[in-house]
Amino acid sequence: MSVPRKEGLDKVTGRAQYIDDMSLPGTLYGGTVRSSIPRGRIRKVTFLPGIPWDEFVVVTAKDIPGKNCVALIVDDQPCLADGWVNHPEEPVLLLAHADRRLVPQAVQSVKIEYDLLPPLFSIEESERQQEIIWGTDNIFKTYLVEKGNVDEVWAKADFIVEGEYRTGAQEQLYIETNGVMACFDRNRGITVWGSLQCPYYVHKALMKLCALPEDQVRVLQTETGGAFGGKEEYPSMIAGHAALLAMKSGRPVKIVYDRMEDMVATTKRHPSRTRHRTAVTREGKILGGEIEFVIEGGAYATLSSVVLSRGTIHAGGPYFWPSVRIRGKAVATNAPPHGAFRGFGAPQSLFAMERHMDRIAARLGMSAVEIRRRNFLKTGQTTTTAQTIAEPIDLDRLLQRALSLADYEAKKERFRSHNLSSSAKKGIGVAAFLHGAGFTGSGERYLASLVGVEGCADGRVRVLVSSTEFGQGTKTVLCQIAAETLGLSYQDVEIAQPDTEAVPNSGPTVASRTVMVVGKLVQAAALGLRYTLMGAGLLGERHSREEFCQACARYSAEHGRFKSWARYDPPSGIFWDEERYRGEAYAAYAWAVYVAEVTVDLTTYSVTVDDFVALQEVGRVLHPVLARGQITGGVAQGIGYALYEKVLWREGRMLNGQMTNYIMPTSADLPPIRVYFEELGNVHGAFGAKGIGELPIDGPAPAVVNAVGDALGTGFDSLPLLPEDIFQGMSSGAATGADSDAVRGLR
Amino acid sequence: MNTPRARCEISFTVNDEHRTVLAFPMERLLDVLRERLGLTGTKEGCGEGECGSCAVLMNGALVNSCLVPVLQAQEAKIVTIEGLGQQCRFPALQQCFLECGGAQCGICTPGMILAAWHLLNQNPQPDLEEIREALAGNLCRCTGYVQIWEAVAEAAVRGNRG
Repeated sequence: MSVPRKEGLDKVTGRAQYIDDMSLPGTLYGGTVRSSIPRGRIRKVTFLPGIPWDEFVVVTAKDIPGKNCVALIVDDQPCLADGWVNHPEEPVLLLAHADRRLVPQAVQSVKIEYDLLPPLFSIEESERQQEIIWGTDNIFKTYLVEKGNVDEVWAKADFIVEGEYRTGAQEQLYIETNGVMACFDRNRGITVWGSLQCPYYVHKALMKLCALPEDQVRVLQTETGGAFGGKEEYPSMIAGHAALLAMKSGRPVKIVYDRMEDMVATTKRHPSRTRHRTAVTREGKILGGEIEFVIEGGAYATLSSVVLSRGTIHAGGPYFWPSVRIRGKAVATNAPPHGAFRGFGAPQSLFAMERHMDRIAARLGMSAVEIRRRNFLKTGQTTTTAQTIAEPIDLDRLLQRALSLADYEAKKERFRSHNLSSSAKKGIGVAAFLHGAGFTGSGERYLASLVGVEGCADGRVRVLVSSTEFGQGTKTVLCQIAAETLGLSYQDVEIAQPDTEAVPNSGPTVASRTVMVVGKLVQAAALGLRYTLMGAGLLGERHSREEFCQACARYSAEHGRFKSWARYDPPSGIFWDEERYRGEAYAAYAWAVYVAEVTVDLTTYSVTVDDFVALQEVGRVLHPVLARGQITGGVAQGIGYALYEKVLWREGRMLNGQMTNYIMPTSADLPPIRVYFEELGNVHGAFGAKGIGELPIDGPAPAVVNAVGDALGTGFDSLPLLPEDIFQGMSSGAATGADSDAVRGLR
Repeated sequence: MNTPRARCEISFTVNDEHRTVLAFPMERLLDVLRERLGLTGTKEGCGEGECGSCAVLMNGALVNSCLVPVLQAQEAKIVTIEGLGQQCRFPALQQCFLECGGAQCGICTPGMILAAWHLLNQNPQPDLEEIREALAGNLCRCTGYVQIWEAVAEAAVRGNRG
């Protein structure tokens, strides 16, 4: 049922309080002095004249009470550079002043001199190891997935099809930039409010940076204006900066980035290169293949190993591979670290897979639809990590339905004749894909999330989770789940604002895990509340909403507020071998087939998406309006990834860090995206739900680029595809002929 | 950033209330609204007139308040999201955003609603193309716009009925 979102009224009336709307008396405004070079040693820092420096609070690495790192997986990233810098825009020094308008001018007036070291800017430069910039070999992480015997398939193949695919960086471009506010009190320690996804990540990072015990660090989430992964790890950095300034000055400190600082200095989607070599029979059956998936991580490890993991596991797409060898690798360069962004590695490797399927089809003279149909994973078969598909998924039926909704065959026919006589070429493209919900492998077991549900004096209940709302509808759906579990109405349930002092650690709000994993725990904790009331003799086995509320009020009148907890318990039969990367990679997958229809204007080389069908199986849909909004929003971002959003780099720095020159789709650019659901259910999720937040970013780019290929009779293998890229590809012959079997040379 | 000369008195009407502020003439209207008058419903998204999050109505025109020097607002009539409830010819507009899923993270919502209100005032029965065009100056990263268009279309239906 589509109830109104919990915080919706505040949002439509402008009352919702975001971090920059918050003010405390005596606040100082913080600014960050950053490196202007990609790699080198800091020789000298000079404070230029013309600024009242005595009024400023200045923090350097020397002021850090604890360990100088942004604690995450590997503690390799300093919170403030200490002597050396490894990427442009690396934070070196912090300033704060009571007059917000003085800060940017002061930041500009700190001059840093460097001894330059040779930098690395691409996957290839990093692989050649002419400079070692990280560890012993510039490699953050590698994975090897092996199934069957790939070495034997080549001799049996009728065709061996090779391809190389690349994707560029993408900026999350949440409309609210990163921001935090910090306060320090000698007795209570550090308190941080911020626009963030993972309060407990920030909590952990601040304990280490400030050398404070658990109960001396408090992190609260304020209303968050979009995140998409971009506020998963970076808030630990900016919260650290504000905390250091607050500790030194003894005053509240606010840091809110302006748009350009946010775009050039914070994380983006990892650029990637994927190489496929596939053995196929004349009938279009995949016998096996090798996939090499490489991502560029930037200067520090951050989350690259985990992004690589998801990308590697998704690299084989929704297809059955009797034999496969997938090598994944994340490499270091002297760019700001790339990080979490909706999809988390899967959009990159799935783009390659879905482009490669079209290439295989062209090589065999088979339709793009038929090649997919002949290789879809079926119930009972195994994925690339040898996970058996247990659920009754029927991808062929999903494909048929998507094609019929898009009127695919008729359009294909119509476009063929239309294109003969028009310079506005029309095309239609397909992408089939999957997305695993929740943390990979043993991840959820390690997280061991804890959720609470509280019975209140007024008979209502309150959900206690660290899961954050940043547009997806976390608050709404978790309240809905608690209400449905207890037979209450939606209004009877409220949810606490994430605050590490008041809510348990239910894990980070990432990986499409909130509804499926945390939702299931909310369900269990809510049931615990009911059992307490039943055990106290206040509630019978069957009860009405009123009876529950009365019992809840009576119990809390006697005992005070009471809570019930639920901790994640790994489902039986889930096995994951971390060493060999085999087993149940995800408890559940969502499945989808997307169809894009485009027009390519050969006068301007611009592409318009005229129609978009997004059909997916996502378990039970708990809130149709929110679920649809997740899909349309993800598809829009995916269309941006394909056609508009290009990060231009010079010496490791983003050149176009403005909304004026980094272009995201506007209301005039997008078609009315059509969304359809299939609902198979899911035993692992609350009321049969699966995760859906990330799924919709995986499919649009390959569907759109396949459609462009269909329109022009020429395939393109790189993202993004701006008019100049199409022009260049067509005039230089860099694009691959759809029916040519040329193997692309390695760059 | 050399702030010119001294502060001066600037008077205007915000949400039907007469206000006088002491401000530098080149200060952004956005900052004056948010910091001097506490009207934080108007948001900053880009600071360069691209995203529309800071949109307000000035003498009936839709403007990006990050591009308006406060001097230009002298004697103007300004409406922000906080004042919309009181004077909306389409009282259902905010409700429609709520029901149709027109607001997700909410940061673009105030500007988006003002742009929609402005459209409906000029054109009470817009078709989809007109809605898409009218909102093209307001960026939303969450929704893909579809449910925003639906909210505006629904508000038009309800407004014209009432």
